[in-house]
Amino acid sequence: MPDLKDYFSRTHAVPEHKPWSRFQLDEHGWNDMIHQLAVSDWTLLGLWAYGNEVYAAFRDVTIAVVSFECRERRFKSLTEVRPAAARLERTIRDLFGLIPEGIADFRPWLDHGRWSQSQPLSNVHCGIPTGSIDYHFLSTDGQNLHQIPVGPVHAGVIESGHFRFTCSGETIVRLEERFGYKHRGIEGLIVGKNLIEASKIIGRISGDSTVAYAIAFARAVEAATCTEVPPRAHWIRALMSELERISNHIFDFGAICNDVAFSFMLSKCMTIREQILQTNNICFGHRLLMDKIIPGGVTIDLTSEGVRVLSDLIKELRKQICKLADIYDNMPILQNRTIGTGIVKSALAHRFGAGGVVGRSSSQSCDARKNPGYPPYDDLNFDVPVHLEGDVNSRILQRIEEIQVSIGLIEQILKLIPDGSLFNQTKKCDGEGMALIESFRGEILLWIRLSKTGHVLRCHPRDPSWFQWPLLESAIEGNIVADFPVCNKSFNCSYSGVDL
Amino acid sequence: MSSLTRLLFSELFNGPRTIDGPSIDYLDVEKLKLIAKKYHRKHRGRSMYIRECDAGSCNGCELEIHAVNGPIYDLERFGIRFASSPRHVDVLLVTGPVSSNMTEALQRTYAAIPSPKWVLAMGDCAINGGCFNSNYAVLGGVHHILPVDLTIIGCPPTPIKLLSSLLTLLKVMS
Repeated sequence: MPDLKDYFSRTHAVPEHKPWSRFQLDEHGWNDMIHQLAVSDWTLLGLWAYGNEVYAAFRDVTIAVVSFECRERRFKSLTEVRPAAARLERTIRDLFGLIPEGIADFRPWLDHGRWSQSQPLSNVHCGIPTGSIDYHFLSTDGQNLHQIPVGPVHAGVIESGHFRFTCSGETIVRLEERFGYKHRGIEGLIVGKNLIEASKIIGRISGDSTVAYAIAFARAVEAATCTEVPPRAHWIRALMSELERISNHIFDFGAICNDVAFSFMLSKCMTIREQILQTNNICFGHRLLMDKIIPGGVTIDLTSEGVRVLSDLIKELRKQICKLADIYDNMPILQNRTIGTGIVKSALAHRFGAGGVVGRSSSQSCDARKNPGYPPYDDLNFDVPVHLEGDVNSRILQRIEEIQVSIGLIEQILKLIPDGSLFNQTKKCDGEGMALIESFRGEILLWIRLSKTGHVLRCHPRDPSWFQWPLLESAIEGNIVADFPVCNKSFNCSYSGVDL
Repeated sequence: MSSLTRLLFSELFNGPRTIDGPSIDYLDVEKLKLIAKKYHRKHRGRSMYIRECDAGSCNGCELEIHAVNGPIYDLERFGIRFASSPRHVDVLLVTGPVSSNMTEALQRTYAAIPSPKWVLAMGDCAINGGCFNSNYAVLGGVHHILPVDLTIIGCPPTPIKLLSSLLTLLKVMS
């Protein structure tokens, strides 16, 4: 079984693609690669289009990007060998009009027939609107089955998306997701924007991971333009990123407990989350830390007063988290609902390349902070916790442990943060760059191509949820309808991140 | 003593963590009073129910809505509550620049609310599309499809700002 590097070593590599190589394949090469995928262990990291080229990113010990120019606007589908590609390919068809050949699912994904034009990003023609689409959900055979449609407007304050349950009595036989309701056309909107405008848009793909997205965008641009970022900027970015991770994990932890009717935990967690957000506001001037990270560095410094406030917060957090974890551990009525509920099989998590809490609680150990790694995490000492069971309980424990790891990281950052400048102007040159950044949900992949004037020609952000949503469909099978909210919350996938 | 009991005791003796409510915006009150005459309901109680509808937001506004529901801002002490069904509410709170794919769902949610009803556009996106304006998939603001009574600026608006706007509306309504 050849590794990625050996396999593509004889293929033409594009020089301006950084930091990993991009290999240009012809039709023969693309089809061959699919055969190779069937027998190898490469994880699919992303699949996107640009003009009439299709790009795919893979990982084994290293990372490689391949591209294939489909002259006849068709390419052989990866779905058979990498099922995680299905929704990405349907998206490519909706947005670019490139046809994945051999895909079993012909239904549109993001296009609901309501846009002012079809195939909006195609370079050939501006399509007339698709018109109303009759979307057929997958059928189920059996006696006494009934369907429950949920959404796009849900009962709580949640993002918009549709779930179609097929049930036998209380038990869910099949769940099918339908998204795209929140599609804002970000990939089209960002074309031609300068870097500051673009990073503002990228920071609003998913408001809860705005820091991670901004870092991903900044690092991809810095890779493409070969810009060195001052060390202090790296450390401040990591600090913001860990604060974001803790505030989201703690909220999820409380919300999961709330979904099994233990609202006390949510109240406690909301109080802690609010403390973090208020500290964010004091130290960096925004509660969710939006627009603080730009290509080339950061826009705001950490003052000595900020260090003091953050140290106090961290001390308090460490105490509080231990207490809450202890309460969860000693609460059999909670565990009764969480243990054995919504199990994600580790084989499936591996097959879909799921990262983040969902992957790591099903024995996948990938963490972009370790592999491929990025500064300043190489200088920090931390472990990546992993759980094996893959149920709601292990996702809760995973979150608690990740919060503790992040607390440790912040302590180290506050102690070791170097002095220096915050920003280096990015060079104005063309190029292609890619970045993998660990958000609280998992790895964000962001690929960018810049023009000579420093404007965005194409930018593709791939949210970690692309590979986690399909696992929810599988995890919920055989569970009761009443357990869906808690399973869904324990995944906490992004709607806006996959709708784009 | 278990950790839960200890924590409950300490909470009892420490008193509430809830902060005082913000003052209301009198400029908005004057503006709203004009509209209020049109809708005024004689025997309205002093509470207000809200249905939130996400029309393509980045989830930032939702996070701050969760925050006002939390123990620090504690929306419910003012008689304001987020409800599940549009049939039960007085106010529709819309976030996001209104994506084309959400248009029908948003209109249907509005139609399901009994009159008199109010529409709040929360966040810069909902007001004018924010940074998502002029696009094949976005309408660019709630006012394109629904009559907006009050806007709440910010990206996302802070919980205090949101709370103040909701209190303003409540004052005018009751």
